[in-house]
Amino acid sequence: MNLGDLCNLVEGTAVCGTGRLGDSVEYAFASDLMSDVLTIKSTDFILITGLANIQSLRTLEMSDASYMLLCRGKEVTPEMLELAEENDILIITSPYSLFRCAGILFSAGLKPLY
Amino acid sequence: MNLEYKVEGGDFTSAGLASSQIKKILKQLNVDPAVIKRVVIALYEAEVNIVAHAYRGVIKAQIDGGGINLTLEDEGPGIPDVEMAMTPGFSTASKAVREMGFGAGMGLPNISENADDFKIDTIVGQGTTLRIGIKFR
Repeated sequence: MNLGDLCNLVEGTAVCGTGRLGDSVEYAFASDLMSDVLTIKSTDFILITGLANIQSLRTLEMSDASYMLLCRGKEVTPEMLELAEENDILIITSPYSLFRCAGILFSAGLKPLY
Repeated sequence: MNLEYKVEGGDFTSAGLASSQIKKILKQLNVDPAVIKRVVIALYEAEVNIVAHAYRGVIKAQIDGGGINLTLEDEGPGIPDVEMAMTPGFSTASKAVREMGFGAGMGLPNISENADDFKIDTIVGQGTTLRIGIKFR
């Protein structure tokens, strides 16, 4: 799925890494538990989360993953922004809940990892 | 190559800084990205454990052509029952740790999963030392 299309589907706003909106991603993983995210072997996924802190970005950095969808209008902190920019990570924020985002994107063809 | 990083207990803002630095160095050394991912996931989980459970700690990394040996030595409460701590889902983490997205009892099993060699030495009331070895090939 094209990341720009994904952003539109969840009424999202890309807050950094906008150069990646032309990229495509095949899988998604929805979790607020970062140790669970760290079990993923693939790097081709978008993390759908409500966890708005620096460790969610660190987890993506360690996972070699480049895309985050932050739900429920959570605010991206300056520390998150700095780390995302350093690692060229796209962050999209959505006013929708994690459940609603996951439902919309699953219905639109984004695949689950497990 | 020998590297050393200090880690402060409770400092969640800096948790992962050492793992990030070591990741950059391994990339510069052209280590296979799949191996780098295993190294940094094991290291990051272990680094978060120091921040989450100990007062302070030191991470030492020894890198040569064959692989990386990591030693994470902390001053802290130690682990009373290592077998229990290795059980997926078992955790003694605080609410603050859980709010950071950790503390679900997956850290030590994740480290074990990614390491070629993994050893825990712990003394209750003094601290814990993790030794993690990962081969590059």
